[in-house]
Amino acid sequence: MNMQTKPPRTAAEQALLDSFAEKVGQLPGDAKVTLARDRLLSAITETGLPTRRIESWHYTDLRNLLRGVPGKPSGAARAVAPLIRGAVVWPVVQGVAGNPAAPEGVDLSPFMDLLASGEAAGMLAARGSDDLIGQLNGAFAEDGYSFSVAAGQAVEEIIELQSVQSGGQVHNRFVANFGARASATVIERHVGDEGQIGLSSSISSLDLEDGAEVTWIILQGRGENDQHLGQLTARLGADATLKLYVINAGGKLVRQEVHVDVAGEGAHFDLRCVNLLAGDSHTDVTLTLGHAVPHTTSKEIIRNVVLGRARGVFQGQIRVAQAAQKTDAQMACNTLLLSDEGEFAAKPELEIFADDVICAHGATVIDIDHNHLFYLMARGITEKSARALLVNGFVDELIGELANEDLVEALETLIEQWLVDHG
Amino acid sequence: MLEIKNLHARIADDGTEIIRGLNLTVKAGEVAAIMGPNGSGKSTLSYILAGRDDYEVTEGDILYNGESILGLDPSERAAKGIFLAFQYPVEIPGVATMQFLKVAMNEQRKARGEDELKTPDFIRLVKEAAASLQIDPAMLKRPLNVGFSGGEKKRAEILQMKLLAPKLCVLDETDSGLDIDALKIVSDGVNALRAPDRAIIVITHYQRLLEHIVPDSVHVLYQGQVIKSGDKDLALDLEANGYAQIIEAAA
Repeated sequence: MNMQTKPPRTAAEQALLDSFAEKVGQLPGDAKVTLARDRLLSAITETGLPTRRIESWHYTDLRNLLRGVPGKPSGAARAVAPLIRGAVVWPVVQGVAGNPAAPEGVDLSPFMDLLASGEAAGMLAARGSDDLIGQLNGAFAEDGYSFSVAAGQAVEEIIELQSVQSGGQVHNRFVANFGARASATVIERHVGDEGQIGLSSSISSLDLEDGAEVTWIILQGRGENDQHLGQLTARLGADATLKLYVINAGGKLVRQEVHVDVAGEGAHFDLRCVNLLAGDSHTDVTLTLGHAVPHTTSKEIIRNVVLGRARGVFQGQIRVAQAAQKTDAQMACNTLLLSDEGEFAAKPELEIFADDVICAHGATVIDIDHNHLFYLMARGITEKSARALLVNGFVDELIGELANEDLVEALETLIEQWLVDHG
Repeated sequence: MLEIKNLHARIADDGTEIIRGLNLTVKAGEVAAIMGPNGSGKSTLSYILAGRDDYEVTEGDILYNGESILGLDPSERAAKGIFLAFQYPVEIPGVATMQFLKVAMNEQRKARGEDELKTPDFIRLVKEAAASLQIDPAMLKRPLNVGFSGGEKKRAEILQMKLLAPKLCVLDETDSGLDIDALKIVSDGVNALRAPDRAIIVITHYQRLLEHIVPDSVHVLYQGQVIKSGDKDLALDLEANGYAQIIEAAA
């Protein structure tokens, strides 16, 4: 007879439990919140960190990849200048939110307040038994922001949620509600430094009511020793549009999950993802996208640049419910593999139960086009610059789609700088 | 300015010899036409001059202003003033035309030890040059050559040539794919660049282009060699009688 034995705890697992034991009395929350935290932690204790045997973590064996669970952040960190001049910055420094002002028509409160009042108890739940990020963040979430944009309000200023971390362990939560026909552009920016090991989790929960139009940009630029686990969930009401940008340009171990529920007729979801991977980092972007009702559309384009010994993963699952006739869902994952030692795994998955839909996915892996390189060099552009131009062009096509020119310029500059630093 | 001596070159991949003992001299201020039947090695010669690494030179030399350029990569040759107008300019999605022009101009200036262009000066130069070639400014906002018609691509090549002001211009079948009006605009653009310190090599199949860009010398390329050289009347002779007679005489 076979006995199922649990593998011994890894150092990282033990450290997580220890840090919970250490923090448990200080974490904000009423009795309901505390109960929710205990449940989530015991789920982690029960199953351990996910391994490659868990399907959704197959390409990111967290149990083996998570190295070091640091304690409270001890380094000095301070908010940085916003990506775009004139943006409203809502800082979270070393895990603690401030008390910033909000633009007209936007109601803002620190997430810590919602924990303290118990309002957040219902938000501290995992999506399923394999939702390690939900479990971890729910158990440890300390602060962040909760905000809502009034119906019909067009927020002119760009809002920058700025999480700054220098080592240590940080768990943020952002909750955003966009009222009917509201519109806003939000940058969710994760800043780190090159110091000690950091561990961060961050969950953003978006709710777009009917006709809301939101551009949300996740800009992950943690330090080269940092481990970052991000998750964004979104529900789109009728005729709502979410344009989501994910730009990964940092971190040692990164997983960004995106879970979108296209729930209202006429809704549209866009994902544009740029993964800039170098060194011996591991970066995983995992998408689950559900089309639940008829007449909805989505388009995902993922572009990856792989240097050094970096490894990247994209898992994209699109589910089209039986009722969701006339769905149009397009997904493409293109990788520019610039190193023999780098690798990228792409796993598209379509689950289609409706019969009158257009769904497509494609994955390509390419190297720099020899003809392109020769053409640029024949104009006097050195090989190094020509390569940088071409790599930049490969990802720039996605950035160029953004409506705000300042934003396009800022992101282009950021990408160029990354290529200069790592190319 | 340009001296090609007993040049032998082959395709690097499979060793097929394309250029077999080619000799050619082009002086500063000269416009030289290179004609020849399909497969005679005309385009290959232009690629070898520009430094494309798909070809390897096995014998002979290419001297530019008295110095061998065989050891230079394409960008170094360009910075020294060699320019190839491509027969098929490549489309590069994601690279904006203006950005490309600016990088190219500044990299060449940098290689020559000159200061970078200031943005307003750069924009003024491009606008003036574009207007003279009747290039719609909207075209310059697109990614490089993407969605350009055949004629627009050729005009864009001449625009680049004008802006980079090279000393040795190699035009590879610039007339292909051009209608009469576009041919006139492109030829005028090239003629405006004729200068005592600049040489232009025009590679073409047809006499037609040479009515607009009148050459000082005409060279017939066949099986990787120049088999006959003459003045502009040689092109007229070829137009009237074809290549067969010359090929026979050279055999």
